[in-house]
Amino acid sequence: MFGWEFPPHNSGGLGVACQGIARALVRAGHDLHFVLPRSYNIPEQNISFVFADTERETFKITPISSTIYSPYTTSKEYTEAVSKGKITTGPYGNTLMAEVMRYGQQAGAIAKESDPDVIHAHDWLSVPAAIAAKRATGKPLVLHIHATEYDRTGGNGVNEEVYELERAGIKAADKVLAVSDFTRQILVKHYGLDPEKSGVAHNGIDSERKEKLPKVLQDIRNRGGKIVLFLGRITIQKGPDYLMEAARRLLEIRDDTYFVIAGSGDMHDQLVEQAAALGIADKVFFPGFVRGKKIDQLYQSADLFVMPSISEPFGITPLEALMNETPVLISKQSGVSEVLDHALTADFWDTEKMANQMNAVLEHPALYTELSRNGNREVHNISWDDTAVSIGNTYDAVV
Amino acid sequence: MATVCFYFQVHQPYRLRNFSIFDTCNNDSVNTRDYFNDASDTAHNNQKVMQKVARKSYLPTNQALLDLLETHPEFRVSFSFSGVVLEQFAEFAPEVLESFQALVATGQVEVLSETYHHSLAFFYDRDEFRSQVEEHGNLVYDLFGITPRVFRNTELAYNNELGKWADDHGYAGVLAEGWDPVLEWRSPNFLYQPPGVKNTRLLLKNYKLSDDIAFRFSDKKWKGWPLTAEKFTDWINDHNADRDTSGKLINLFIDYETFGEHQWEDTGIFDFLRSLPGVLLRHPDNNFMTPSEVIENHDVHDEVDIPNTITWADSERDLSAWLGNEMQQSAVKSLYELGPAVEKTNDSNIMRDWKRLQTSDHLYYMCTKWSADGDVHAYFNPYESPYEAFVNYMNILGDLRERCTQESTFQKQSTLEPVEA
Repeated sequence: MFGWEFPPHNSGGLGVACQGIARALVRAGHDLHFVLPRSYNIPEQNISFVFADTERETFKITPISSTIYSPYTTSKEYTEAVSKGKITTGPYGNTLMAEVMRYGQQAGAIAKESDPDVIHAHDWLSVPAAIAAKRATGKPLVLHIHATEYDRTGGNGVNEEVYELERAGIKAADKVLAVSDFTRQILVKHYGLDPEKSGVAHNGIDSERKEKLPKVLQDIRNRGGKIVLFLGRITIQKGPDYLMEAARRLLEIRDDTYFVIAGSGDMHDQLVEQAAALGIADKVFFPGFVRGKKIDQLYQSADLFVMPSISEPFGITPLEALMNETPVLISKQSGVSEVLDHALTADFWDTEKMANQMNAVLEHPALYTELSRNGNREVHNISWDDTAVSIGNTYDAVV
Repeated sequence: MATVCFYFQVHQPYRLRNFSIFDTCNNDSVNTRDYFNDASDTAHNNQKVMQKVARKSYLPTNQALLDLLETHPEFRVSFSFSGVVLEQFAEFAPEVLESFQALVATGQVEVLSETYHHSLAFFYDRDEFRSQVEEHGNLVYDLFGITPRVFRNTELAYNNELGKWADDHGYAGVLAEGWDPVLEWRSPNFLYQPPGVKNTRLLLKNYKLSDDIAFRFSDKKWKGWPLTAEKFTDWINDHNADRDTSGKLINLFIDYETFGEHQWEDTGIFDFLRSLPGVLLRHPDNNFMTPSEVIENHDVHDEVDIPNTITWADSERDLSAWLGNEMQQSAVKSLYELGPAVEKTNDSNIMRDWKRLQTSDHLYYMCTKWSADGDVHAYFNPYESPYEAFVNYMNILGDLRERCTQESTFQKQSTLEPVEA
């Protein structure tokens, strides 16, 4: 299996998904070799990792800002970050694309050593590696798509190189698994994916523990204030600007509500300015990128989690929120809305409906309770083991 | 001698339009608020829904029944119409009302009593309940020239108290579900009476045979499929045999929209309906009766004690489809708490809206029990989720509360500052 990142060294959903999938496949009895482009210290008991950096036994990783070095960084941003010295490239290429290609060069040899029955690769970053591995071994390739360039850019300003890699991967793959039917349809429509060789493997979720709330949020709650949470990359794809507009509308009719916009991304500064321009800056917190326990703290502090994405292949954060018993409002333009019944939904552009629904959750304890209780129950039934079953069936179909 | 007693429930709620919390802030339109008029292409549009159901169900079924009543003078059916469906006939589909009037005019059709607004008022506000039953009785008299003698409560919701209430108010009978856990060793195929009453009788639905038509008719996995008039008649005829001691009264209580809506025309439901009375009457011991005729002609077999409320809904046969979760509890509580404030305004529009919000369908849309009954819940439901149903309902209820406040403030001001004539 070719991936790009793995917790705790992850920048977002792809790493979490790979972890969930890898663990569940091992539980289901698959002999899994997980390949990553560079060596990390990963505290994972049951998965054998293979690292694609040449000095992998001796090379010690210097921690780097994973918000830059991430599957979500555009190629342009990566080059800029390298030139500003934010990323030490070491022996690697100094563009993200060069890094992707270098990964691909190692993959053939790794695959031959590993001698797999099936090659399973995640997203465009692993495509050159996947194609090389298939060429070296002649084994069937399952390409797993968690996000597309089309989602990342909202269809505008698509990076041609990335798009071409995605297309090449889809063409080379024996089977393409999409993270949702929403994404599968994008692949069919915009990438010429043959529906015959497509499938869907919805994401799962692991359980969460109770955490103590951050003080500032606990204070708000003690005063009877309400908290609405956004957690994700602050980029055009995630629709945070629509949430800001909905927040303005909500605050017109109730001023007890605070918005926590957690995450980082290229729209961060723009969003801070937008909050100020809308006159709601005192109601919006930007805690930056959070990880680990702090994520659960945020979920648990919130009365409502909102995912206003413009185009979301899956969207694992609403499942995490529900694991923490926090009700969710999700955009209809998301794959996760295919697996969740017990959620509020709205079109991302329908900020009035969003505000209307936010108000209802904050106003009526009965709605909060039912969404939280039923959503939590529902999410416990969505497990990575089901994902592993879908993937296992796909393996059987191509071998 | 096996008696078949057909009873059909005819009801459509005034569905609510999409109403945002921001609509409440729009004070310009406060006096012309209309929660029930939605011109969209969705199932919120009452006119559209009514005209569709009229075309697919009410008109063709009424025509079939009219023909049957003419062909077989022994054929009998009974109906109960909610007041809100009768209003919508008049407003959106007058030809449907005329065709029901033609049915009643045959003299072979009985019309039953219920609450005007198809509400659960019996369990929350007894005065409001009585007023809705009276209002319904007046409308039925105006439209059909009949004073109903037999009562059926919304969704067949029944308990001993309702039996007592019906007895106190001079009803000859009440309809209820023939649910085994309540009946224990008893069969639903007899006439019963509630404990401790003088005159009122209890007719219990034979849910097995009723649901064979209403729910299972087109189910290809059901062992009875395909259901023909001959097969169904065989099941009824079994009750004529001397060895059968389970009773000779078969109450078939069915949603009228079964014909053409819940079971589409292409399932053969109309052919079944058109042939059933003739085939049943081939056996000399079979006959048809209306509920009042049943009460006059059948002996009371026993008392049935039903302390806890039963309904005809879902596998639970209780009120949990309407009141089972916290949203429903909270909505119904807010609704009836608003009663006194509504009364105080003395405003007919506010009163009408509050009454229409009592229609049980609004609560049904908020149901979160997803089970085998989910299909039934989805039918005619304008909402994408029970949560949206709750949000919309509470927005409208909040708006109505706001109007009550404004109206009473206005009244106070009027008394303080009399306007010059």
